[in-house]
Amino acid sequence: MSTGGVTSVVFGALILAFLLAFVRLARGPSLPDRVVALDLMATLAVGFIATYAVATGQALYVDLALVLALVAFLGTVAFAHYIEKGGRSWRRI
Amino acid sequence: MAAYLSAAFMLIGAAFMLIAALGVVRFPDLFMRLHASTKSATLGVGCLMVAAALQFESLAITTRALAVVVFLFLTAPVGAHVLGRAAYFSRIPLWDGTLSDDLRGHYDASTHALAGPEAPRVPLPEEVDEEQGA
Repeated sequence: MSTGGVTSVVFGALILAFLLAFVRLARGPSLPDRVVALDLMATLAVGFIATYAVATGQALYVDLALVLALVAFLGTVAFAHYIEKGGRSWRRI
Repeated sequence: MAAYLSAAFMLIGAAFMLIAALGVVRFPDLFMRLHASTKSATLGVGCLMVAAALQFESLAITTRALAVVVFLFLTAPVGAHVLGRAAYFSRIPLWDGTLSDDLRGHYDASTHALAGPEAPRVPLPEEVDEEQGA
């Protein structure tokens, strides 16, 4: 199988994974469940960018994956801090 | 050779990430979902970055790809622990089939500090609820 065929399969699998993560994001049932789904989507996006770099041959996209990996972690930690210290206000979300 | 290895790593990585997403949808409670998303998805991204490093065969790209892998392997457990801890304190319900919860009664509910085995037993959440309700 050519590289193009392999990257197409990988893109398909990643898009399917995105849709599944979105199902969990929409259904919840609690805010931490949605944060797990968002964290997974950020991780999937890092993998998607890496695959895109391979598919297009543009090595510059690997830098983008590095930046996204750095930022996604901060988002998860901020949400966790909000859930732990933010009282009960998030229970309605 | 490197192209075939790269393709194999990409397919393995995609499979792991798909399994992680399946687990996040199918598992019955938050902590199992956290387990699926953290371990499997991190390994999947690791495989995809290794595939990219093999594909480009340049020192600069390999360094960046390995930096992403190292960073994800450092932050994913920390993020999962922080989120799981926050969820545990906010009493996210465990799965009905859970047999044992070893943390029950070991955390101080107000300070969120771990009480040692010699410390007085911390009241369980439902006991605290009864006191507040009475």
